This record gives sequence, structure tokens and C-alpha cells, in this order.
Amino acid sequence: MPQIAQLPEIWSSQLFWLLIIFGLVYVVVGKTMLPKVMDTVGLRDQQIAADLAAAQAARDAADQQEAAWRARENANRAAAQELVAEAKAKAAAATASKLSAAQGTIDARLAEAEQRIAAARAEAGAEIQSVAAEAAQDIVSRLAGISVDKAAATAAVKKALANG
Amino acid sequence: MHQFTVEPLVGADWNLWGYNVAFTNSALWMLLAFVALTVFMVGGMKRQMVPGRWQMAVETFTGFIDDLVTANIGHGGKKYVPYVFSLFMFILFANLLGLMPLGVVGVHPFTFTSHFSVTGVLAIMSFAIVLAVGFWKHGLHFFSLFVPSGTPLVMAIIIAPIEFISFLFRPFSLALRLFVAMMAGHVLLEVLSSFVISGWSAGPGFGVLVGIPSFVLMVAICALEILVSGIQAYVFALLTSLYINDAEHLH
Repeated sequence: MPQIAQLPEIWSSQLFWLLIIFGLVYVVVGKTMLPKVMDTVGLRDQQIAADLAAAQAARDAADQQEAAWRARENANRAAAQELVAEAKAKAAAATASKLSAAQGTIDARLAEAEQRIAAARAEAGAEIQSVAAEAAQDIVSRLAGISVDKAAATAAVKKALANG
Repeated sequence: MHQFTVEPLVGADWNLWGYNVAFTNSALWMLLAFVALTVFMVGGMKRQMVPGRWQMAVETFTGFIDDLVTANIGHGGKKYVPYVFSLFMFILFANLLGLMPLGVVGVHPFTFTSHFSVTGVLAIMSFAIVLAVGFWKHGLHFFSLFVPSGTPLVMAIIIAPIEFISFLFRPFSLALRLFVAMMAGHVLLEVLSSFVISGWSAGPGFGVLVGIPSFVLMVAICALEILVSGIQAYVFALLTSLYINDAEHLH
């Protein structure tokens, strides 16, 4: 095994060159190049994180705006509904008052007409009585030849009418 | 076993304070792993907001190690990411480069992670970081690592030495695991390929009977070895981060 057989003569050169070359690797690769590569990776990660955060913020803002719009929309709708209800109530009240006014006029007219009818009926009743009394006076004088005075005729007619 | 032999390529007589520091084939493949890793990383440095395939691949690796360290060390783990990442990628590239079928074009890859003189240094490095962080952050209180919280005193007397020994074994297990896994894989492939060659040399009958099944098995084991390359690099990085977690947060 040359590793053991040659050890006395090669160990110093192995150690020497390994220390030099590993030192080079450490300084050139580990200390100089590696940080740059890691920086690039770090920058990229940072950029991605920043982009993600920006996207999240934009999304949050959009959500907020939508919520605000929805609230405004709801308020507008409620206001519109209130307006419609108010108008409806006003219209209903106006209709009701007009209707009641019309009803009052009609009622008054009806009462007046009924009064007139009643008066006319009373007048007609009285006229019938006087005409009947005159007719009765006339009939009696023609049939019996007796003249009955007006008061007696009227009393008779009244009696007959009340019975009739 | 020839594939594990270390040969000086340049400067066989280079010395530093009396120690030989020849530029060997092992050092060459360490350098190649570093170059390949750097090229791979450069592809990930375009810094585009929307990454291309290559940048995506690099970021997958960095993200993988970042997640590993964050999951295992958690608070205060960020500063260890460069070390764990370097360790993981260096071992991964070394393992994978050693598996490249470059022998076809006459270049013989050398897997330096199959040498415990290399994995040992890496393991001692991780262990040294654990010790340094532990003592620097917690001082002598770091020794409470060996007494799990809530242990009765009687048990603690027995448990503390066991915990201490298992703690001292960490660099060995770390180094040997990687070294053994890589070496075993390469030896297995070598043995199977020698079966293919000797089978066919022994005649067509042996070739069909021994050579072809060995070759099929070799292909399957190559796939397995690619998996092992990744797993061993991952295990090394994972255990390192677990040990650092112990030092950072005790229990």
C-alpha cells in the first residue's frame, strides 16, 4: 500500500501542497466567490419577497376598495328604498285625504237631496190633503146637496188618510 | 496499487526547512481540482436575477451547504459556510476527478483523497477549528462537552472518559472514512478490470464467463463510486459542521 509505504518520504510534500492549495480554495472559492453567489441568491429571495409583499398589499387595497364600494352601494340602495317608501306614503295620504273630501261633499249633497225630497213629500202630502178635502166638499155637495164646510171636510180626509 | 503511488513531477529535490516539498502528481491533481472548482464557480458568478443552468447548478451547491450549516449549527453558523463549502467542494471535485476515465487518453488520474496523509490533514484542520472555537468561546467550560447535561455524578465519572475518547477519535474517523471509501472503490475497480483482462487472455471461454460479468459489474460499480464520491464529501462536510456545532453551542 503506497499510502503507508511512501509515507516517510511524501508526508511533507502532501502537507505542504494540500495546505497551499486548500488555502487557495478557501480564499478564492470560499471567501471570494461564495459570498457573491450567496448575495445573488439573497438578492433574488429579497426581490421575490418584496414582489410578493407588493402583490399582497395590492390585493388588500383592492379588497378594501371593494368593501367600501359595497358599503356605499348598500347605503345608496337603502336611501333609494327610503325615498320610494316615503313617496308611496305621501301619495297614499294624499289619495286618502282627497277621497275623504270627496266623500264629505257627496254626503252633504246626499243629505241635502234627502231633505229636499222629504220636504217635497211633506208638501205633496199636504197638497193631497187639501185637494182631497176640496174634492170631498165637492162630491158631498153634488151628491147630497149639502154644503160641508172646509174644516169638517179636512178632518174627515185626515181621518180617512190616517186609517187608509 | 500503482495508481496510489505518489511520484514527484517537478522539483524532486525541493526542500523547505529540511523537508521535501516536491511537486508530485498528488499536488498536480489538487491543483486541477482547485482549477476545475474555480471554473465551475466562475460560471455561477453571472449574478443574473433569473439564473441560467450553470448559475443554477452553482447556486444549488451553495444553497445545499448553506442549508446544511444552518440546520446543523443554526445561530452563528453563517461564518463557517465558506470553510464547509470549500471542504465539501474540494473533496467532491477530488473524488470525481479521480474517477474520470482519463486513462483512455493516456492521462492517469490520481485520487489524492485516497491518501490518509491528505484526508488526515483535512480532518485535523476541521478538528483544530473545533478545538479553537470551543476553547475560544467557552474557555475551560468547553470540557463540559464530555458530560452530557443531566447526567448523575456517578454516571458522569464513567461517561466522561468515554465521551473524551470518542471526541479524540473524531479526526481519525473523519480521515479514515474518506480515505478507506475512496481507496476501496478504486481497488475494487482495479481488481475487476484485472479480471476482465486476465479472463480474455485466458481464452474466449473465460472471457465470456469471467470477463463480461466483471465488466458489467465494473460499470455498475463506477456508478456506485460516483454516488460514494458525493456521499463521502457530504459526510465529511456534515460531520465537520456537527462537530463545529458542538464547539459553538456545547450541548
